[in-house]
Amino acid sequence: MLVDLTITLVKILFIFAVTVGFFAPVLTWVERKQSALMQDRIGANRADIMGFTFLGLFHIIADALKMFTKEDFIPDGANKFLHTISPIVALVPALLTFAVVPFGGQYTLFDKEVNLVISDLDVGLLFVFAIASLATYGYVIAGWSSNNNWSLLGSMRTASQMISYEVTMGLTIIGVLMVYGSMKLTEIGAIQENFWMWGIFLQPLGFIMFLTASIAENKRIPFDAPEAESELVAGYFTEYSGLKFGMFFMAEFIEMVTIGAIMTILFLGAWHIPFLTTATLLSWFDFLGTTGSNLVVMLIHVGVFFAKVVFFIYLQMIIRWTLPRFRYDQIMKLGWKILLPLSLANILVTGLVILALN
Amino acid sequence: MELLIFYPLAGFCVVLALGVVFNNSPAGSAISLIGMMLGLAGIFILQQAHFIAILQIIIYAGAIMVLFMFVIMLLNLKKGDDTGWISRDRNLLLSVLTGLLAVGILYKISDVIFTRKMDTPAILPDSFGTVANIGETLFTDFVLPFEVASILLLAAMVGAVVLAKTKLD
Repeated sequence: MLVDLTITLVKILFIFAVTVGFFAPVLTWVERKQSALMQDRIGANRADIMGFTFLGLFHIIADALKMFTKEDFIPDGANKFLHTISPIVALVPALLTFAVVPFGGQYTLFDKEVNLVISDLDVGLLFVFAIASLATYGYVIAGWSSNNNWSLLGSMRTASQMISYEVTMGLTIIGVLMVYGSMKLTEIGAIQENFWMWGIFLQPLGFIMFLTASIAENKRIPFDAPEAESELVAGYFTEYSGLKFGMFFMAEFIEMVTIGAIMTILFLGAWHIPFLTTATLLSWFDFLGTTGSNLVVMLIHVGVFFAKVVFFIYLQMIIRWTLPRFRYDQIMKLGWKILLPLSLANILVTGLVILALN
Repeated sequence: MELLIFYPLAGFCVVLALGVVFNNSPAGSAISLIGMMLGLAGIFILQQAHFIAILQIIIYAGAIMVLFMFVIMLLNLKKGDDTGWISRDRNLLLSVLTGLLAVGILYKISDVIFTRKMDTPAILPDSFGTVANIGETLFTDFVLPFEVASILLLAAMVGAVVLAKTKLD
């Protein structure tokens, strides 16, 4: 009982350390460097401590200091309570998804089965979808409670965009579900030990549609009409400053990690290395004993998993700095007239193929 | 242990449900309703009905209430705004109807409480509430109601499109 509790706590701490402690701050730096690279600039190298710039990494500290010390401004006529809780409502779903994300397989450590997932829900895939749909509220309430027309327009765009792309996302998930026959993310991950069972081969269309829909859900360029700087000042977070603004910012970066993790599990073989089964890996390190070899394989798998997540984050950044912003009507057209019929067709074809193979 | 989770959840739900009724800003009511639905999902989980709980969140909290919020924002209803649709006469009629409904529900609940024995908890099979189990039940024992419901939803969808279309043209 106590051991199980400790293991769960360690897993939760690990996830927090990786997302909030590592990815969120480092990604702000990576994004600056990446944009500089793509626009042929040097970029992010002004913050220095005694003349050392350390590749611009001190900007992370400068950012944090700025956000903590800025005035926390609530506009006149704003709903104080809602204005304050909405950044929290936006940030929590991004983190909560990690409760069902397996970042490794099952390992025997000290005669104990350790499953590298915080909560192995029977309805894991649906849980991810449910949490994603709750994320809308943070942004909607933020715009509504600010008592500002730009904010309101921004949050209305957010609401309509997120509702539209949730439909595609849900229907794509159904395709994945039909192929693997399970809603448990751990089972979906385990099936992909076989390289040819990776989701990207079984559901190529689903892969592209899920990526598109999740970028739209995260409201990043090319889908950032809700915060379009050139039209709406800053959209739903126009009236936010200091740490509250920082939380919206953090939510966006953590959601990038979440998207990467979910895409890795559903489409890119989760924690597996192509053509290398866990049994083979274990046999390589047999000389270390059961616990030793399991430990080494566990570390390799967690490393592989996060390497794939980093790949997806980088992909999202390249997309962000390559494409211009879509117009609002183009976003709606893409969602309802192209992606929705395609995702329905995807389900139909998947069903027919499964029927034919059986 | 179960009661320790149940009572706070139930209290949370009741407080927020009252919040829906007594809040005089539409957005506040909607937000209370969302919270209430999340609490209700928690109670479903307590009853081992994980699938229903998740569906409750996806459909009610995630989809329907987002649309409600969207409409409230679209009309930009503010606190104390025009609530003229509650005229006194209609209010009386609505009150009587709601009262009758409430009495009916309470009667039914009291019937269950006083006539059934509640001291022995039902023993649930291991597969209770799992996705596979619900799917199987839905497509074998309840396949007719399931299909009828889906046709009803389709009809509603077509109807909504037709209504919206005639207004646009």
